[in-house]
Amino acid sequence: MSTPAKIYGPPKNLARRKFTNSLMITLCVVAGVVTILPLLYIFFYTTKSGLSSVNIDFFTQLPKPVGESGGGMANAIVGSIILIGLGSLVGIPVGILAGIYVSEYSKSIVSTIVKFTTDVLSGIPSIIVGIFAYGIIVLPMKRFSALAGGFALGILMIPTITKVTEEMLRLVPQTLREASLALGVSRWKTSLFVVLKTASSGIITGILLAIARAAGETAPLLFTSFGNSFWQTSIDQPMAALPLQIFSYAISPYEEWHRQAWAGAFVLIFLVFVVNLLVRYVTRSKYGAS
Amino acid sequence: MVILIALEMYKDSAESREMFGFGFIFSSEWNPVTEQFGALPFIFGTVVSSLLALLLSLPVSIGVAVFLSEIAPSSIRSPFSFLIEILAAIPSIIYGFWGIFVFAPFMRNTVQPFLQSYFGFLPFFQGVIYGTGLLTASIILAIMITPIITAVTRDVLKAIPVSQREAAYALGATKWEAIKMALLNAKSGILGGAVLGLGRAIGETMAVTMVIGNKAQIKASLFEPAYSMASVIANEFAEASGSLHISALIEVGLILFGVTFVINSLARLLIYSVTRNA
Repeated sequence: MSTPAKIYGPPKNLARRKFTNSLMITLCVVAGVVTILPLLYIFFYTTKSGLSSVNIDFFTQLPKPVGESGGGMANAIVGSIILIGLGSLVGIPVGILAGIYVSEYSKSIVSTIVKFTTDVLSGIPSIIVGIFAYGIIVLPMKRFSALAGGFALGILMIPTITKVTEEMLRLVPQTLREASLALGVSRWKTSLFVVLKTASSGIITGILLAIARAAGETAPLLFTSFGNSFWQTSIDQPMAALPLQIFSYAISPYEEWHRQAWAGAFVLIFLVFVVNLLVRYVTRSKYGAS
Repeated sequence: MVILIALEMYKDSAESREMFGFGFIFSSEWNPVTEQFGALPFIFGTVVSSLLALLLSLPVSIGVAVFLSEIAPSSIRSPFSFLIEILAAIPSIIYGFWGIFVFAPFMRNTVQPFLQSYFGFLPFFQGVIYGTGLLTASIILAIMITPIITAVTRDVLKAIPVSQREAAYALGATKWEAIKMALLNAKSGILGGAVLGLGRAIGETMAVTMVIGNKAQIKASLFEPAYSMASVIANEFAEASGSLHISALIEVGLILFGVTFVINSLARLLIYSVTRNA
C-alpha cells in the first residue's frame, strides 16, 4: 500500500513482472506438492510394512521373546485404552468446564488469562508434562504407574478440548441463552443444560481429536507409565502403551520386532486418519464447509 | 496449572541448581558417572536443529498457505487442507520411526554424499556420514512444523480484507504482486506462526530422539550426531543414576519449559494482534 508508484512501474518491465508472477505461483504450487509428498510416503510405507503383520494375533497375543515368531501387542493396546480412559477422566471435565468459562463468562479479565494460558499450555512440550506428572505422582508413590501416565495424558488433552468447547459454544445463538434466562433458569443451569447440550456433538468431535492425539503421545509416558511386557490392568503399576511399545521395538535391533512396530504404527496412523475424517465429516454436515 | 508445573520443576531441580549454579548452562561436560552435569551441548543441539527446521520450513509453509488461500481452485482446497491437518496429527513416534528406517538411509546414501561432494568445502558438510544427525533431525522437524505454520499463515491471510487485493488488481498488479502485498500486511501474523512452529520444534521429543544421533557434543558439521534437551530427558530420565542426575535432568526440563513458555507467549500475542480485528 505504501509505495504503489514504485511497485507497479511503467509497462516496459511488464514481461519481467509476468515472469515473476508465474515463477512465484509455480513455486507455491510446488511447495504444496512437496509438503504432501512426505505424508503420502509415510502413509503408504507404513501401510505396506505394517499391514502384513496386522492379524488376529497382533490384537490378542502378548509379546513373544526375541527369536520366536508371532506374538502381538494385546497388552499394549489394552494399556493404551486404560491410559486414555484415565486421561479422559482428568482432561474432559477440566477441558469442558474451562471452555464454558471462557465462552460464557468472557467479560472478566480472568477468562482472558485462562484463554491465553490454555493456548500457551498447548505449546508446552509433552515431555515437560511428563516430568510434572513424575514429580507429583511417581515420586510420592515411589514407582512408575499407569495413574501418572493417565494424568499426564489428561493434562495434554485439556487445551484441545477447551479450545473446541469454546468455539462450539460461541456458535450457539445468543437468543437461546436469553430465552432460557427469561424462563427463570439460573445462569449455571443455562450453561450446562441448554448451551452445552446444543453444542454437544461439536464438543464430542473435539474430545475425539484430543483422544487421537493422546493415543500417539510417547514422551510423557516414558517415565510415568514406563511400559510393561506382561498383562497388567491395575492402575498403580507400570503399564504398557502402544506408542511406548513401538518406540522400544523400533530402536531394537531385531527384524521381527521392527515388523511388529510397523504394525503398531499402522494401527496408530489408521486411528488418527479415521478420527480426523470423522471429525471433518461431522463438522461439515453441521456447520457448512469451513 | 502452568504455574504449578513451573513450581514443581523448580523445586525438584534444587539440588542441581545449588551444585552448579549458572555454570550449568555454559558447561559442556555431561557425565553421569563422575556426576558432572552441564547443559550446553543439549541447548546447542536444540537451538541449531530448531532454527534450521524453521529456516527450511518457513518458505515452504508460506508457499502452501498462499496456494491454499489464493491460488488453488475451491474443489481441491478442502481435501488439500485435510491432508495438511493429517500431517499435523500423525504421532511424532511415527515420524521418528519413519525417520530411522526410511529417511536416514536416504540421507546417508543420496543427500549427504551429494552435499559433501559439492559443498564439502563448507565446515557444515564435513565429516563422517552417519545418516542420523543434526541435518536429518532438522528436516524431520521441518516436515512436522510445516502444517502449524501453514495453518496460521492461511488464517492470517484470510483476515486481510479482499478489497485490498481488489485495489491492487485495479491498479494493474499481477496476481503475485497482489499476494505479495497481502503477505507484507500479514507479516506480524506470519511471524507469530513461525515462532509457534519454533516452539513446537524445540519441544519435540520422540522424533528427534530417534534421528539426532544422541551424542552430547558440539560440532560445526551438520552431519555429526548431536543431542537435544528433550531427548536427553527422554533417554536418561527413567534410568537416571542417583538424585543429582535426576535433578540435573529436571533442570534441563526447566530451561526447556522456560524457553517454550516465552516463545509461545510471544507467538500468541503476535497472532492475537493480527486476527483480533478480523
